[in-house]
Amino acid sequence: MSDIKNPVLEIRNLKIEATSYPPGESPRDITIVEGVSLTLAKGKVMGLIGESGAGKSTIGLSSMAYGRGGVRITGGEVLVNGIDILKGGAAGLRKLRGKTVTYVSQSAAASFNPARKLMDQVIETSLALGVPRSEAEARAVALFEKLGLPSPKTIGNRYPHQVSGGQLQRAMTAMALCPQPELVVFDEPTTALDVTTQIEVLAAIKEAIRDTGVAALYITHDLAVVAQVSDEIMVLRHGAMVELGTAEQIIHAPREDYSRDLVSVRQVNHAQKPAEGEAVLKINDISARYSGLKFDVLKQVTLELAAGQTLAVVGESGSGKSTLARVITGLLPPNGGSIEFGGRTLSPSLKGRSKEDLRELQMIYQMADTAMNPRQTVGAIIGRPLEFYFGLKGAAKRKRVQELLDEIEMGAGFADRYPAELSGGQKQRVCIARALAAKPKLIICDEVTSALDPLVADGILKLLLNLQKEEGVAYLFITHDLATVKAIADKIAVMYRGEVVRDGGRDTVLSPPFDDYTDLLLSSVPEMRLGWLEEVIAHRKMDAGGE
Amino acid sequence: MSRIPLSALIGMVVTAAYFLAAIFADVISPYGYADVVGNVWDPVSAEHWLGTDSIGRDLLSRMIYGGQITIFVAAAATVLAFATGAFFGFLAAVSGGWVDQVLSRLVDLLMSIPALILALVILSVLPVSVPVLIGVMGLIESTRVFRLSRAVAVDVAVMDYVEAARLRGEGTIWVIFREILPNALSPLVAEAGLRFIFMVLFISTLSFLGLGVQPPLADWGGIVKENKEGIVYGIPAALIPAVAIATLAISVNLVADWVLTRTSSLKGGRG
Repeated sequence: MSDIKNPVLEIRNLKIEATSYPPGESPRDITIVEGVSLTLAKGKVMGLIGESGAGKSTIGLSSMAYGRGGVRITGGEVLVNGIDILKGGAAGLRKLRGKTVTYVSQSAAASFNPARKLMDQVIETSLALGVPRSEAEARAVALFEKLGLPSPKTIGNRYPHQVSGGQLQRAMTAMALCPQPELVVFDEPTTALDVTTQIEVLAAIKEAIRDTGVAALYITHDLAVVAQVSDEIMVLRHGAMVELGTAEQIIHAPREDYSRDLVSVRQVNHAQKPAEGEAVLKINDISARYSGLKFDVLKQVTLELAAGQTLAVVGESGSGKSTLARVITGLLPPNGGSIEFGGRTLSPSLKGRSKEDLRELQMIYQMADTAMNPRQTVGAIIGRPLEFYFGLKGAAKRKRVQELLDEIEMGAGFADRYPAELSGGQKQRVCIARALAAKPKLIICDEVTSALDPLVADGILKLLLNLQKEEGVAYLFITHDLATVKAIADKIAVMYRGEVVRDGGRDTVLSPPFDDYTDLLLSSVPEMRLGWLEEVIAHRKMDAGGE
Repeated sequence: MSRIPLSALIGMVVTAAYFLAAIFADVISPYGYADVVGNVWDPVSAEHWLGTDSIGRDLLSRMIYGGQITIFVAAAATVLAFATGAFFGFLAAVSGGWVDQVLSRLVDLLMSIPALILALVILSVLPVSVPVLIGVMGLIESTRVFRLSRAVAVDVAVMDYVEAARLRGEGTIWVIFREILPNALSPLVAEAGLRFIFMVLFISTLSFLGLGVQPPLADWGGIVKENKEGIVYGIPAALIPAVAIATLAISVNLVADWVLTRTSSLKGGRG
């Protein structure tokens, strides 16, 4: 691949280090990236893919000779248009950044200055490069149009909070393309978006790349996404390259085991179980609103879940699915309807519920980091429900904690650790153990896998399925990820703007005929094959900014 | 362990010296605190290292015993301020609603009156004894602690693990002491250092104004008051307790600063 003539970007044998400060030890240098080389020609897109910590963002930023935090590039060469930018010094970088190489970050909402209009921010770098204001604005408007933003002539006059998340991400892409760079680094540009929004942004980015002819590095953890936009894909793990190949080769014929794992991920599956036992949870006609709001966030939601089954509640952000969890747990008393749990009617608010109600209804959170007290050990975290509900103490408690740790496939020695000493997947496992410790009938899982890497998330799903088989616990599984739903659900409820638009057995819900929203949702889930994006877009008449 | 910076080291040595002198006052002080052992305002000599005071008592002994009282009163008042202020601050943050409103507005009301004037008014009515002094100072300062603890606890109280504890059915006391307190400790520890110094200044001010520690006992503020006339005649006796107050304040601050940067480190230190 190094036979490309005049590549835009050439990275040779890159080495990146950082200083780590482990508590209680002296600081030491750790290697984040080592021995990575790549070549990128004009107009081509290279996808960098890997789990968190694989070094993909670090490599992306190194193409601008930038290291986040204490990260330093300590070896190798980064050539942009044949010039080693690591040797150019501050003056050389100033000419490069924002002109030759630009960057699109993950969270546009956090990256825009909320106090300035979009246009001023989009053309800022172009103005700094000496482009006259009128020309820069003309360029921006043309880009807005190309990226499918509504009313491209006037949208620049809006403030960041006046446009949607997907529109903001497209405005950021316009910002990156406005100075007419030769290389754009996209760092997880669609990860924070809903699937139905992601597809529009993805299509817009792809078209813009094609029309402007820039080279791009596209960083993501989602192989299905990267397959849609990339010519070549580099698979990374632990800061080293695993495999580099064309998108087609990586998707269809991965050579390395790790790439194969990534491609075949989400193979967790189980047969839909028929609803046998008694209904453990019956939600009747629930409406709810937050104080201060003038409309209901949940509108007459009615759902039923049988013992030992999994009900998946699917929807975009803002559909009311997390609110539903808050209502069921009693954190948000509903203003209408009732909840039956295990045959008895639950008190609408937390205060009126018995200890038994609380014990039988447990919850697992999305962010395991914040769901555990950082100053309690794993043993204390899992042990507390044992002590609180069952009065276990001393040796009996320790024994049960170890049994639970075994159940979540974590060995001895974890009981004395603090959450900060665990990996993301391990933290979520501890949260599962804490919920299991109460011997619940129902566990509410609120996006429990969405903060995890695909392979780790898969492990968590497998664990949850196994535990369900052994303990007969029912799950109410809240998620926006349809792949997860397919893997784990017996029943599915699709929520949209506070209403259940479709519910029933998994196989029924996922088979046609569909209602409009379910169809949109299902067809928006990226599939791991080339050309999927084009097919969907062709099928769907893309409405300019129809959000 | 990272290395202790020089400033914190100096702070620790000086603070420790003052505290040790206060604890072992009976052992190290050369004379009794009320014994008249010389003439009025004797200069520095081998018998009286710091000279004598306005009625001929050994100034070094007075300083050591004065330090004992100053540090004891300030420390006790700090503990009282933190026990009440932090508890009610956490309670307000955890309970929310009208509990928070009532407590917060009450504290606002107290804080709207200048602390020194409030203390003078209360002390002019009550009998001035050491326990009363501690109580008045502690409760007045607890309003400041309340504000800080409430602000810190509000941030902690919205964490998922606090919600998880509530869903488990834990009571308010458990939430306050097991979930919130350990996570709010580091800013409070640093604040305690600063509050201690404010207490030292507070008790010194009160004594200087005559409503603090009563004679023949004296704290550093009282010693300044007893010897302030000497300044007119060029006698430095009043400056010595002033220097003691200043050096103690600075050294405790140096330590508190270091504690704050160390425990609020983002690198996962579990202070």
